[in-house]
Amino acid sequence: MQEASPAPVHVHAPPTGFLRKYVFSLDHKVIGLQYYGLALAAVTLGMVLSWLMRFHLVWPTIRVPGLELISKVGAPGGIITPEYYLSLLTMHGTLMVFFVLTNAPFAAFGNFFLPIQIGAEDMAFPRFNMMSFWTTFAAFLVLMLAFFIPDGPPISGWTAYAPLSALGSDAGPGLGWGQNLWAISIALFCVGSLLGALNFIATTLDLRAKGMTLMRMPICTWAWFITSCIALLAFAVLLPAVLLLILDRLAGTSFFIPSGLVVSDRLQPHAGGSPLLWQHLFWFFGHPEVYIAILPSMGIVSHVLINSMRKPLLSAKVIIYSMLSIGFLSWMVWGHHMFVSGMNPFSSLLFSFPTLTITIPATIMTLIWLGSLYGANIRITSAALFALGFISMFVSGGVSGFFLAQPSIDIYLHATYFVVGHFHMVMGVASIFGVFAGTYFWFGKMTGRMLNETLGKIHFWATFIGTYCIFMPFHYLGLVGNIRRYSTFVDDFMGPLMPLHKFITIAAFFTGAAQLIFLYNLAHSRFFGKPAPQNPWEGTTLEWSVPSPPPWNNFGDKHPVIYHDPYQYGVNGLKGDYVMQDSPEQIVGGV
Amino acid sequence: MGKLFAVVLVIIALVSAYPIVTHKYVQPEDISTHGHAIDEQLSDTMAESGFAFLGAQFLLAFFVWKFTERKDGAKVRHMPGGAKVMVVAAFILVGTEVLALGVFGQKAWASVYFAPAKSDDLQVQVQAGQFAFYFRYPGPDGKFGQLHPDKIDEGNSNFFGLDPANDVESRDDVVAAELAIPVDREVHLLMHAKDVGHSFYVRELRLQQDFVPGLDLSLHFTATKTGKYEILCTQLCGLGHYNMKAYLDVMSQDDYDKWMKEKVSEQ
Amino acid sequence: MRIKQLVTTAVMLGVASVAVFAGPGKPAGGGTVSGKVTYEGTPAKQKPIDMSKEPSCAKQYTTPTATETVVTGANNSLDNVVVYVSAGAPDEGAPSQAVTFDQKGCRYLPHVLAFQINQELKIVNDDQTSHNIHPLAKVNHEWNKSQPPGTPPLSEKFSEAEFIPVKCNVHPWMHGNFAVLKNSHFAVSKDGAFTLPNLPAGKYTITAWHESYGTQTQDVTISGSETKAVNFVFKAKPY
Repeated sequence: MQEASPAPVHVHAPPTGFLRKYVFSLDHKVIGLQYYGLALAAVTLGMVLSWLMRFHLVWPTIRVPGLELISKVGAPGGIITPEYYLSLLTMHGTLMVFFVLTNAPFAAFGNFFLPIQIGAEDMAFPRFNMMSFWTTFAAFLVLMLAFFIPDGPPISGWTAYAPLSALGSDAGPGLGWGQNLWAISIALFCVGSLLGALNFIATTLDLRAKGMTLMRMPICTWAWFITSCIALLAFAVLLPAVLLLILDRLAGTSFFIPSGLVVSDRLQPHAGGSPLLWQHLFWFFGHPEVYIAILPSMGIVSHVLINSMRKPLLSAKVIIYSMLSIGFLSWMVWGHHMFVSGMNPFSSLLFSFPTLTITIPATIMTLIWLGSLYGANIRITSAALFALGFISMFVSGGVSGFFLAQPSIDIYLHATYFVVGHFHMVMGVASIFGVFAGTYFWFGKMTGRMLNETLGKIHFWATFIGTYCIFMPFHYLGLVGNIRRYSTFVDDFMGPLMPLHKFITIAAFFTGAAQLIFLYNLAHSRFFGKPAPQNPWEGTTLEWSVPSPPPWNNFGDKHPVIYHDPYQYGVNGLKGDYVMQDSPEQIVGGV
Repeated sequence: MGKLFAVVLVIIALVSAYPIVTHKYVQPEDISTHGHAIDEQLSDTMAESGFAFLGAQFLLAFFVWKFTERKDGAKVRHMPGGAKVMVVAAFILVGTEVLALGVFGQKAWASVYFAPAKSDDLQVQVQAGQFAFYFRYPGPDGKFGQLHPDKIDEGNSNFFGLDPANDVESRDDVVAAELAIPVDREVHLLMHAKDVGHSFYVRELRLQQDFVPGLDLSLHFTATKTGKYEILCTQLCGLGHYNMKAYLDVMSQDDYDKWMKEKVSEQ
Repeated sequence: MRIKQLVTTAVMLGVASVAVFAGPGKPAGGGTVSGKVTYEGTPAKQKPIDMSKEPSCAKQYTTPTATETVVTGANNSLDNVVVYVSAGAPDEGAPSQAVTFDQKGCRYLPHVLAFQINQELKIVNDDQTSHNIHPLAKVNHEWNKSQPPGTPPLSEKFSEAEFIPVKCNVHPWMHGNFAVLKNSHFAVSKDGAFTLPNLPAGKYTITAWHESYGTQTQDVTISGSETKAVNFVFKAKPY
């Protein structure tokens, strides 16, 4: 029934000019690809930065040829100075957390697939959507500018703890304009993310096709929806926090700076601020940010896994409720980053309990994924391998959370490599595995050409083994008490740990080099890959009901009507063991 | 390929667990009175999470081994019991763990933070600044002089901002770059930061506490073994962070008295 | 003591460079101002520096080295006082010879380094640890650079006359001073003594600057090739 379909919100012709089509495009698919490209640039740079850090840690006196051309002050004669190491560290963290882990699984895939999966023609606010990408892009440029100013990039870490980040260049190199640019970049990023999150929420709530009830949405759509709700609240806290930081730095206010500080032999003209306020504001954003990074990947992995298993999950509802409860609990746990920060020790107990409680929904999700594998008929594709690898990584990175959630153990392990191992595995690698799974799964839909599966599998094995080789040993280092964020290990106790550090560095080079296979695969397949059929993986959700790549308005003049729950696999359908969401046929069989 | 995945995963899990099981990488010897509680908590957690880690990885490997690309005609089916079993299992397994670790484990935390300091403790003030720790003892008069941040003059070794010209109590204050303490006596650290955030971390003492500019924090502990141990800064504080350390010198009471006498004569 | 020798050498080099690079067009010879810098009262004790946090430096000393904010000698002589012509002499261009500021044993050698505007300043790290050079300039451009071991010397210039405290951000006890001066008539007191040679006839203001005790000035008139004695006495404080 035509009149029962939702009225098209935006009636406009496809753009014709190059600028409108590919640059300042209003099309959610182009914007999704733009986000993906930005994340790809950021992750490549972030990885190179980590190489430099790892290299410097184990071979501090060996020159890095050419590095002095990039920064004469930061790397005189090609040898990285302590502050440049911290600059690299800060930029690595900022790029990875904001421009990769927030952009790739959430903004890139979410933009491309959320409207299609709910049967919408575009986002609710296409102009907002374009603005959010270009604001994010501006944030990226502003951040990059920090590499090229004489002062160099900031050295206060991606957490930018005040007052180090608030005092200006007295507190060290990079803390002048470098830190200003960082703060401006993050503020812009917040604006972009807030616009994006609003858009996702409005689109999900308002633009679903006929029959697409909330519980009929694919799990990844749910994940993007929950993530946008978290992002809307989280970035709404970070934005004012960063603005206050900018005021402290440029307008002489003292939100985060107390009185009586003597920095570089100068008594600072500030009084009355609280450094802990910054930590509270930052982590009130920062912990939910972890779930902003991981939830979309959980959704993507579930989506890919179901398709590869050829059967639905034991319960999609339980996964969705678990994600909701993780999203809810994420607001009560920020203090676990601050157990030894000098806040009231009683509050540590209060923060510890919900942190440990988050383990419950996380374990439920893991057990549902594992249990769903039972009785499946798994098709091992590159996407499936990365999805399975995600589960493994999520478990490995998750169990170390048990340790850090307990204040008593955190006294010993806080600020050691144990923490670095923990968050890299669970937030970094696991989330990136979700992105890889999504890329191998959806590349054909996004570009019209399939990725090479053989290269994909080689890429998986190298990455899977490589990342374990890098990040498992981090935990061991932490257990011995190896401090993070040290540019050189001058300590006597470090001697026996150096071989392990060397192993990690070599593993990092190997794993990084393996990513070249992925980059090659992307570049080559984009132009020379096999043309993608409409539904290469025999999927059930709406993105597989449109051509690859989808046309300008996704569904042509049709308005999809939804008849089923999203994952009708393992049934006797007309086309095979599956029935698509928009197929009016009756479901026969099933598990 | 599914079988390969299973094998590789099992190998990864076993290799990962090996250094833990063989205690190849462990924390250094504990020299504090409270540290054993933290160590026990750590090893209990290690056992529980090790069990969870291996269990989950093996289960994943087993299912992937068994349920990959089965012969044509194999009908997919659900696990008996379905989602309910999993949810209940998660609640029981993790719920008890949360209770056990979260509630009973707080004793170790309490032993560090909630036990009051003894009245005869040795009070030492510690100041963290870019990029060194300095320690101040009250000197023979038993009183700390006042601090004046504007009087800090590092080139002249006035790290704390004392005003000996006008403040008699500060004249005999002993300022040192190492933390010398007598063994088996409770030490009460009065902590403040000179410039930015820092942290006080001694692995062997199982102690870590941030310095927060603008806040006066305190920490107390008893060291049970003589020797020299590293005090490290663990809060990113700027370019010299990696180099910000001092030594904790735990001495016998006699050695400590001697040391103190020498220091007093230097002032 | 090697360090004393080094200081002496550096001071002698400084004096020599004054003699050699008195500037073109200036008649060699001329008058000389020389004298003694002393203190009266009780100066603060030189306190031992505890370098235990930097073992590679600490092990270079058998007895701890001491603070250098006030360095005194026999007969109440006062060292590290920059004595220079603050008025009466024309501004001069920079000599081509560079001056060297050395970081060795976690100390600055020399503690007070005087040189001219736009003269090349070479900063060398002779230690096995990273140093950081942070001139806390107010008139000149303030900068803050690290120098890991094994990296080439830093080459710097200052374009305005200024007394600049220098600190190492990594090692808080390391403090020194740059005296950036407008002309070549300057000396840093050693054992309290200083000499300003090659002064053409004229009226001059001689200024003595000490990092803790401030400045003093005296006027002097030179005619011919005479040597005039100018002495400075600073008031010392115990705290």
